[in-house]
Amino acid sequence: MSALNLNSNFTNADAFYAALADLHRDGDEEKSQRINARLILLLANHIGDQTVLMEAMHIAADLPQEGVS
Amino acid sequence: MVSTYQNPVYAFRRSPDQDATTPVHHPIIIVGGGPTGLYSALDFAKQGIPTVVLDDDNTVSYGSRALCFSKRTLEILDRVDCGQPVVDKGVTWQLGKVFFHERQVYEFNLLPEDGHERPAFVNIQQYYPEEYLVNRIQHVPEIDLRWQSKVTQVRRQGEKVEVVVETPAGAYRMTCDYVLIADGANSPIRESLGLKSVGQVFNDTFLIADILMKAGFPTERWFWFDPPFHPGQSVLLHKQPDGCWRIDFQLGAGADRNAWKQPEKVRPLIKAMLGEEIEFEFEWLSVYSFRCRRMESFIHEDRILFVGDSAHQVSPFGARGANGALQAAENLVWKLVRVLKGQAPASLLKTYDQERSQGADENILNSSRATDFITPKNRMTRLFRDTVLELAEQYPFARPLVNSGRLSVPCVYDGSSLNTADRVEDGFTPKQRVGSVCKDAPITINGEKAWLLRQLGDQFVLLVDGRNADQTVVNRLRQEPDLKVLVVDQDFVDSEGKVRERYELLPNSAYLMRPDQHVAARWRQWTVADVQQAMQRALGKELV
Repeated sequence: MSALNLNSNFTNADAFYAALADLHRDGDEEKSQRINARLILLLANHIGDQTVLMEAMHIAADLPQEGVS
Repeated sequence: MVSTYQNPVYAFRRSPDQDATTPVHHPIIIVGGGPTGLYSALDFAKQGIPTVVLDDDNTVSYGSRALCFSKRTLEILDRVDCGQPVVDKGVTWQLGKVFFHERQVYEFNLLPEDGHERPAFVNIQQYYPEEYLVNRIQHVPEIDLRWQSKVTQVRRQGEKVEVVVETPAGAYRMTCDYVLIADGANSPIRESLGLKSVGQVFNDTFLIADILMKAGFPTERWFWFDPPFHPGQSVLLHKQPDGCWRIDFQLGAGADRNAWKQPEKVRPLIKAMLGEEIEFEFEWLSVYSFRCRRMESFIHEDRILFVGDSAHQVSPFGARGANGALQAAENLVWKLVRVLKGQAPASLLKTYDQERSQGADENILNSSRATDFITPKNRMTRLFRDTVLELAEQYPFARPLVNSGRLSVPCVYDGSSLNTADRVEDGFTPKQRVGSVCKDAPITINGEKAWLLRQLGDQFVLLVDGRNADQTVVNRLRQEPDLKVLVVDQDFVDSEGKVRERYELLPNSAYLMRPDQHVAARWRQWTVADVQQAMQRALGKELV
């Protein structure tokens, strides 16, 4: 049983995606990477739970999920 | 280079062992006269076991080397009467600041809890504690400390270990029941036995510059990431006694080691850091790189015991080398004493390997993580590191991610086979749980101020809250060998209520402490049989 929510949880999925794309609109890769790093750290702290974070990192890196089918 | 410290020279003396026709037998031989070996000898003597200590040199450490000595280390040194001179000479600090580029992003205060005899950390050059240990040893007849005595061979022979020693007056042999190998990170004895210490090699080179200056920097630990005066690298500034400052510069991979040992090469860097107007002189320059590694087992052929850096090695970030080493030595000595006295089975020694493997793994993990944060290995990890530092200045959430070294704390031996588990209904919190080091507390004895930890150690201690305690049972346990009974408000006064608070004592609650001041068991209600059984367990008598 995954603790990471893999069903949609956005209050407004389209608005979120548009805002994310906006952050990277000017195409400056270095700036984009800095924004992404800040975003990951901010959101990771908000989630907080190490188990959930590990699950997300495993999925993101395409690693096998332990105990997750 | 100038010097504030004159290394003492200890004379070689020919031992009568050298003239014996058959090798003389000793219970314990200790190879190496560093902090680990010297402390171990004093702890053995305190618990009634004589030792021979062999050191290949004739003095204490050259250079400042280990610098930060933790509260736990001071408490361990107190057990052999060497804590006070270290505290008196050392520099006590508790404030740390972290800088990124030219700005301070974060500061931490170790804020030690009130009511402990010892501070969180003192800084002191390694040669001072070594000298104090040697001074103490010179008053302890049970320790035979032999200088300029280089051990060239150690090998198991039947139920003994044979040790071959080379001296200015020729070579000789001795035998012993057990040998402690405390000959440092490069351990020639470990190598000669074909044993390996395995782990991670870090490619970065670091420079230690110990300098003398009168500048009025505060007594704080300052850590810079990527400062303008040393771009792309890290720098640590720390105060030492004698007006001496430790500056630790990261040099990166592939630095020219010999060049950086030259004062004229280092001087411009320090001027850039401190300012042109600050006058200073060099005391010591040392270039190093490091590994985080350990032996798979600290015990070889049952009788050859590795302890300290020979067994496990860490990066300097977090001060976990010498501090971890003394905790390991303390863990080993009380066990070996009881095996030698026939009070515990030889299998008790396996728990040295188990408990200190846990300690070593914890230290290696913490020091490797700090190293990875300080020296990012690629562009992306550097980006995350720098982002954490940027965010830390403004947002508290990022500060726990900043890692300039997680400072040494003693290992809690959770899950050790020597522990007696709490009864669930007793409802103790985990703070002072079984396996943890006992917390100190202020007490009075006969109206005099004293400290709880000073009453613990060298033997098992049963700490009892005297309210409601059955005096017949207490008196019965006072007869038990290797056990000291301490009843709160009978044997000492809990003058500030800290003992009852820190140990969550209720009427008749009791704690059983091991000779190394770790908790072995605790109860709300207990019997003589409970105490005896927990002691047997802590002595390894239930091990298979």
